[in-house]
Amino acid sequence: MTQRDRLWYWLRIAAALGFLIAMIAIVDVASHGSFLEPSNIVRVLRQITYNCVLGIGQTFVIITSGIDLSVGSLVALTGVVAALFANSVHLSGFPLIAATLIVAVAVGCAAGWVNALPVVKLNLPPFITTLAMLEMALGASFILSHGRPVALQSSDFENTGIGSFLGGVTNALHLPSIPIPVVWMLVVIVAASVLLNRTRFGRYVFAIGGNEEAARLAGINVARVKTMVYMISGGCAAIVGFLYMALFSSGSPQTGTGDELLESIAAVVVGGTSLMGGRGSVIGTFFGALLIGVLYNAMNLLNVDSYLQKVLLGAVILLAVVLDELRKRYIAR
Amino acid sequence: MPAPLLEMRGIGKSFPGVRALSDVSLTLAAGEVLVLVGENGAGKSTLMKILAGALRADGGQISIDGAPVEIDSPQRAQHLGIGMIYQEFTLVPQLTAVANVTLGAEPTRGGLIDSRAAVQSAMRVFDELGLRVPLDVPVAKLSVGQQQLVEIAKVLARSARIIVMDEPTAALADREIEGLFAVVARLRSAGAGIIYISHRMEELSRIADRIAVMRDGSIVETRPAQDFSGEDIIRAMVGRKLDSHFPKLPADPKDAAVRLQVESLTRTPAFQDVGFRVRAGEIVGLAGLIGAGRTEILRAIAGADVPDRGEVRIDDRRLRPGDIAGAIAAGVAFITEDRKAQGLVLGMSVRENVSLAHLADFVDRDLLIDAAREREAATRMIAELQIRTPSTEQLVRNLSGGTQQKVVLAKWLLGNAGVFLFDEPTRGIDIGAKTEIYKIMLELLARGAAIVIVSSDLPEVLGMAHRVLVIREGRIRAEFVRDDATPEKVIAVATGAAA
Repeated sequence: MTQRDRLWYWLRIAAALGFLIAMIAIVDVASHGSFLEPSNIVRVLRQITYNCVLGIGQTFVIITSGIDLSVGSLVALTGVVAALFANSVHLSGFPLIAATLIVAVAVGCAAGWVNALPVVKLNLPPFITTLAMLEMALGASFILSHGRPVALQSSDFENTGIGSFLGGVTNALHLPSIPIPVVWMLVVIVAASVLLNRTRFGRYVFAIGGNEEAARLAGINVARVKTMVYMISGGCAAIVGFLYMALFSSGSPQTGTGDELLESIAAVVVGGTSLMGGRGSVIGTFFGALLIGVLYNAMNLLNVDSYLQKVLLGAVILLAVVLDELRKRYIAR
Repeated sequence: MPAPLLEMRGIGKSFPGVRALSDVSLTLAAGEVLVLVGENGAGKSTLMKILAGALRADGGQISIDGAPVEIDSPQRAQHLGIGMIYQEFTLVPQLTAVANVTLGAEPTRGGLIDSRAAVQSAMRVFDELGLRVPLDVPVAKLSVGQQQLVEIAKVLARSARIIVMDEPTAALADREIEGLFAVVARLRSAGAGIIYISHRMEELSRIADRIAVMRDGSIVETRPAQDFSGEDIIRAMVGRKLDSHFPKLPADPKDAAVRLQVESLTRTPAFQDVGFRVRAGEIVGLAGLIGAGRTEILRAIAGADVPDRGEVRIDDRRLRPGDIAGAIAAGVAFITEDRKAQGLVLGMSVRENVSLAHLADFVDRDLLIDAAREREAATRMIAELQIRTPSTEQLVRNLSGGTQQKVVLAKWLLGNAGVFLFDEPTRGIDIGAKTEIYKIMLELLARGAAIVIVSSDLPEVLGMAHRVLVIREGRIRAEFVRDDATPEKVIAVATGAAA
């Protein structure tokens, strides 16, 4: 990095932090201190878990300059399949939970593999192939569930969905309990960060997004790396589908098919990952999801009209990408 | 005597580090065909881009019909009646010939395109040219020759009187070339002035009224076509140069082991039956015109393209066709002609680019990249190649062209490659960096590497290769050993003036 790059890097972080702190301060004062209550902070983290995990999978895809539009539908499909599986096997306790998770992730990864196949073999745009998967996965989840939520027969998943992590410890320390899904999110963040920043695979993801031809001529198996990123995205969708299933005690064909797709992409972009590829980070996506989550939470605390909330969210997304573009122009000069 | 149709006087143009044109003057009369010849990089394209308003000259004067004009944009050039026909077509492939010819100047009625008037105006141009081209199908469905005629019609529809054609026959079949010549003749008799850029000796005498030879950014000689023999033209193109900034090559290693062996390698239509060997410590140059198939041959050797047939052996082991990773593992390093598009990831650091092709060597047992070792290797390469960068973490985007080229080299040196394929190794870099790259090549030879150089800079090929293979139209047409290879001989073969 040149000095100018480094300066910009810190300016950006400082600006983002400043914005966040200012927002938090304003909201906290306006909401008479309820915003910074530990229980509210935990609530925000729990709310952004699903968006953040979806966004992290999406981050890998977007860094290769692709896109995965199917993640919302895959949440529904994997949730339904997981619920059907859990109801049909004679297992209980941890083996049941583990087997169900594995099945869900396998379905998600398989869908990601199908997403990638026409992209790497025929060079079709991922926008189209994942759009097709969006429809297919959605239809399949309705067929499999007959259009109704599949209620879980076992109550073994309750703890995964709504339980807390090391509840005894947090209680003894008078801290709010940490929801298990938040722990899942943290695990995904750490694993994905290591994968993206410390492994050959991660380096290749950046290289392909930065210059696919140079990557190919450096002997990188571009098709395999691209296939893997779509499988990772499908796998992340499956984790979300599994967590939602555990949360609601049922797998529903309508879960994940609302704002999830677009808001997870928003988290990625707000987090500084370039839609042109070659640049991005897992931690950025976490902060992107956090920013959106804090924004929603604050607007709720301040009783902002729910329609207006959407307008403000859109404005924040636009602001984030405009800043990103200005930054790029500064570097290009 | 009436003023000439076009007069360019004292045109100069510099790019950073390069003087592309110095004091170029030419005139063009109405009803004249002026052929412009010169080696790659002599300045023909730069001169024509200035005429077309795509580049601005640093100095000089352009007059049309004796009146000075200021050509500050392509629109202005078009308005002045200057029409360019580029090698790369500027047609919209999905649109019909009519739509392409009238593009940007569609006749309208009541705000809607008047298709009848559009067809009429296009037909008028085609009739003038005596052309028959299907008007109602997308131009993508037409032959290359027909597309070129549409391109010409498009220029004429904008009332061009000064028409520049940049190697118009490069992509055409023989029959289509005849058609093109007929069109040129018709344009000439209609009073247009034509500047025709060509490399093909055999066509010059057929269409030229006058021939101007460019070399090193100047017009060195202009004569009526009948007074200019093929040999004279080649002599004027070459001059008497052969720069001495090349280091002294070590002796030809006649007994060394063959490191690269290429047998009847074919990838139609780019090249056919290419075979040659390169020994350890030897440099072989591939000379030829742009489009002769040199780059494509290198790509096939490196596994970037799959050949139709033939084989490549490295140290007597056969490479799997189209297997880039396999070729790299066997020790092949392909230094591409376009560093920015193919050689580097500009948004990554020096360190990340250097290790990209050999990342497996930096991975621990725990599957993570060992950043410290990676940085150490990058630091070592920076010192070894004297790469001018503030640190290993500098983004490659921010480095100069010559420094970027060294980063590409570092990437391949890191893996101890033994066979180096250099495609235009010094294009766009300054003379100092060039010399350093040549020195690195010599060091590679000393380590027992085999090197293939493709370069459009003829002195470079002649100065840096033990043997020169001349490629024309996808085949090796001649082989010269270093002492035998003169620019005249190579150009004569490359242009088809001699077999």
